[in-house]
Amino acid sequence: MIETDIGWEMLLDPRTSGAVLSTARRRKRSHTRSRKRSSGGVARHFGLILLAALFALPIYLCVVVASHPAADLLRGVPLLPAGQLGSNFSTLTRGIPDTPKLTSMLENSAVMALGVTLLKLALSIPAAYAVSFFRFPGRLLMFGLIFVTLMMPIEVRFFPTYAVTANLGLLDTQAGLILPLVASATAVFLLRQYFRAFPSELADAARLDGVGPIRFLVSVVLPLARPTLAALAVLEFIYGWNQYLWPLLVASSLKRATVVMGVKGLIGAAQSFAVPQWDLVMVLALVALIPPVLVVVVMQRWFVRGLMSGIN
Amino acid sequence: MARNAAKDRRRGAGAVYPHRVLPFAFMLPELAVVAVFFLWPSGQAVVESVRESNAFGLGSRFSGLANFRAALSGGYLQALEVTALFTIVTTVVSLALSLFIAVQVEQTGRFKSVYRTLFIWSYAVPGAVAGAIWLFLFEPRIGPAARLLGALGVNWNFALSGTQAFILISAMTIWQQTAYDFVFFSAGLQGIPLDVVEAATVDGAGAVRRFWRIVFPLLGPTTVFVVVMDVLAALFGSFAVIDVVSQGGPGGSTTTLVYALYRDGFQNGDVGLAGAETVLLFVIAGILLAVQFRVINRRVHYS
Repeated sequence: MIETDIGWEMLLDPRTSGAVLSTARRRKRSHTRSRKRSSGGVARHFGLILLAALFALPIYLCVVVASHPAADLLRGVPLLPAGQLGSNFSTLTRGIPDTPKLTSMLENSAVMALGVTLLKLALSIPAAYAVSFFRFPGRLLMFGLIFVTLMMPIEVRFFPTYAVTANLGLLDTQAGLILPLVASATAVFLLRQYFRAFPSELADAARLDGVGPIRFLVSVVLPLARPTLAALAVLEFIYGWNQYLWPLLVASSLKRATVVMGVKGLIGAAQSFAVPQWDLVMVLALVALIPPVLVVVVMQRWFVRGLMSGIN
Repeated sequence: MARNAAKDRRRGAGAVYPHRVLPFAFMLPELAVVAVFFLWPSGQAVVESVRESNAFGLGSRFSGLANFRAALSGGYLQALEVTALFTIVTTVVSLALSLFIAVQVEQTGRFKSVYRTLFIWSYAVPGAVAGAIWLFLFEPRIGPAARLLGALGVNWNFALSGTQAFILISAMTIWQQTAYDFVFFSAGLQGIPLDVVEAATVDGAGAVRRFWRIVFPLLGPTTVFVVVMDVLAALFGSFAVIDVVSQGGPGGSTTTLVYALYRDGFQNGDVGLAGAETVLLFVIAGILLAVQFRVINRRVHYS
């Protein structure tokens, strides 16, 4: 899915988000009552577990194959893991001819994911702060300009953006990988939603005490916005790590390849062996999917709460 | 919402800080990136779309709407059809499946958070990686799923059958999109006041009737939101999966608009055609954005 992070703006739009999510808190009150009615239903649990297992089946089989030698696949379908995961992984770390080194791919992915995340935060925090806490001429025009970017995810504008990136001499550089992805309006919108619900008494008091705008931002607004910032960071980390199309175009040399691109590259390389090395492909797939999945699972609670706090 | 509006008014035109230059400085980095990587390329796409480069790629001349005419004939129309069908199929199935799962999970009491984790994670799997795993599972000779289908008497080979390739790409997209939608339906369901549902139970409405008459209408705004997300994901987010699994084939059966643009622009190097296709994508995205806000405004107004 979703190399794009657009769409979230609807959730973040005050006119819509309220209806989408805001009543979630109301439910809390009646939560205790719900427990009595909801404990039964063996069939329901059975069905849900079956569905969850079905959803997890591709990943389970990925783990199974990753732990077998490739030749096992020719004999039949292995259904249980074997003990080869470690040795397959070390084959991968030793390197496959004509494919990028594992450590360099992981490093590139980490740089890209963290670069996108940090830069988006660094650009959108001041921008959202400016449109929320100041009234200045051209404010709406500038906000509109950022808004237009909503209809231009990288999947829509990649062709001319590639030319611009080339003109700037940024092909096959980290800056070229990161910069064209960092100005989506999503982050500005999410933060603005949080800022506009910010208690105005606090802001007024700070101003009366002679607290300047920068200190107010750094020592009052940002600490309070931590859940929103965390949600945003999760969203953008996954967005950056999972990128495929843009790195495919821009990262032309092996040394810039990300691990997600590497999976596709390894499929080709694996076919050139006498026995297709699907086991190695699956090990690399696991390496590529664990970081974003882990981030979502670990940060799940924060993630959803942060999105909501930006809304209410 | 009303509260937000009130707050805005309270803050009013006076704002908090009266500075005039500082906010510009704050916005400058964001605006610079927007100008360089959004506005400049967009302008360039528009210019390219009405020009035609000569056979050596050394110069170009004004060609009017020729590129658009070329785009709107043949392969691109097929891509439009594929994209529309793909969007409808993945949206409808993901929506129904995620809503069903969310409603069931909502009634599991203290196991709710465990089930949430079980259904949320597949959203985070990178599209290209999901593609690689499914490619193996359905690999015609040794893939486990392909062997199972073969045992069931299905003549499975998605490299030859356009229908099978389309189904495979769609299934993969649904696998991921369902998880994504699930998050929002879960949140939306939490917002439905239980007393309303209980009142209907007392009135003797059955579970199915209760769902369609009460729960589903109350979920309206969430549903609209989820539909838009699904449509966007299908339109623009499917490149990775397609490139890894089918490269748009066989016979263009999985070539979406974005994939067609990639093929025409980067593999065939037709700058003018790709420019025109980019402009067409802008138009589609713009229409979608407009519709989204239209529908949303009306829906929310009545809810």
